[in-house]
Amino acid sequence: MATATYEAIATQTLVGSAATVTFSSIASTYTDLVLVASNGTTSGSVSTTLRVNGDSGSNYSTTSLEGNGSSATSQRQSNADKAYIVGFQAASYSSPYISIINFMNYANTSVYKTFLSRSSSNAASTYVNLWRSTSAITSIELTATGTNFSTGSTFTLYGIKAE
Amino acid sequence: MIANQVAGFLGIGAPPAPSFTSDYESIATVNVGAGSASTITFSSIPSTYKHLQVRLIGKDGRALNRDNMKMQFNSDTGANYAWHSASGDGSSASASGTAGDNFVSLYRISGNSSADNTFGAMIIDILDYANTSKYKTSRTLAGLDLNGSGEIYFQSGLWQNTSAISTITFTPGNTTNFLQYSHFALYGVK
Repeated sequence: MATATYEAIATQTLVGSAATVTFSSIASTYTDLVLVASNGTTSGSVSTTLRVNGDSGSNYSTTSLEGNGSSATSQRQSNADKAYIVGFQAASYSSPYISIINFMNYANTSVYKTFLSRSSSNAASTYVNLWRSTSAITSIELTATGTNFSTGSTFTLYGIKAE
Repeated sequence: MIANQVAGFLGIGAPPAPSFTSDYESIATVNVGAGSASTITFSSIPSTYKHLQVRLIGKDGRALNRDNMKMQFNSDTGANYAWHSASGDGSSASASGTAGDNFVSLYRISGNSSADNTFGAMIIDILDYANTSKYKTSRTLAGLDLNGSGEIYFQSGLWQNTSAISTITFTPGNTTNFLQYSHFALYGVK
């Protein structure tokens, strides 16, 4: 029998600007997580990065595809201390923007964690990230690099459970 | 033991009711075990949803660090598919596609030469899958990052058939098998 899923776990709406937004104590009862961010920043060009489980080691990598209306580019960053999910080419990306980040099999302790994301603003982009750890993800921290997320920015974390 | 792994909509059993309502439902799931699997099939898919979504992580036995994957509907192996993609490999963006193919080709899952624990990931949306007045369109966001190499894909697919989709079959792009911990989950959207 089919089972309803795609459950809202937590929402944060900023009442003041903030450099980081964190979701913690994430239960391992889902299969995938989806984080939907609709936000602005307090400065112009932006990039957003994330870390999981407080890991600041060189355990992240990113491959991107971006189109800014005049060109399409792809970049890579390996052995990094954070994963990029918005604005690899920071100069081409401005706020406000929307991001949808999928954390695939986030609680599977037999696999490294792969994230798939899409972001939209004055540039369209999609990213794949790898976190080289088999640990289940229990916390997610988003950072507005070099700026702050602005008041009114919303971040919602959803859980999807495969039966 | 190599086996085809099939998950059908059984419609039996009564799990506890969720504590929330949702128009997004888990229909079936396949986890590949130690015996690997030559194909992954979702069968007996009911026509009661508006759209379908497949969310997966995959790795196969190809002796490279990456591979593509084939998607077919209703066991149709004829030249009734088309697909197109925009992609990035970390240094440049590119595009590809074909028409009159025997499957929708999906990029990328990891191959057996990739590091342990690395899997490609895909989110496949199959739109209006039960509408018998339309050909069937799929949209896929897929990526594989191996820390030093990797690819990100945004793809579209077309099945030139108006039949409602009742079966979806995934096969590794080359003669090999899906490896343990590959995970395929089918969801319905009302």
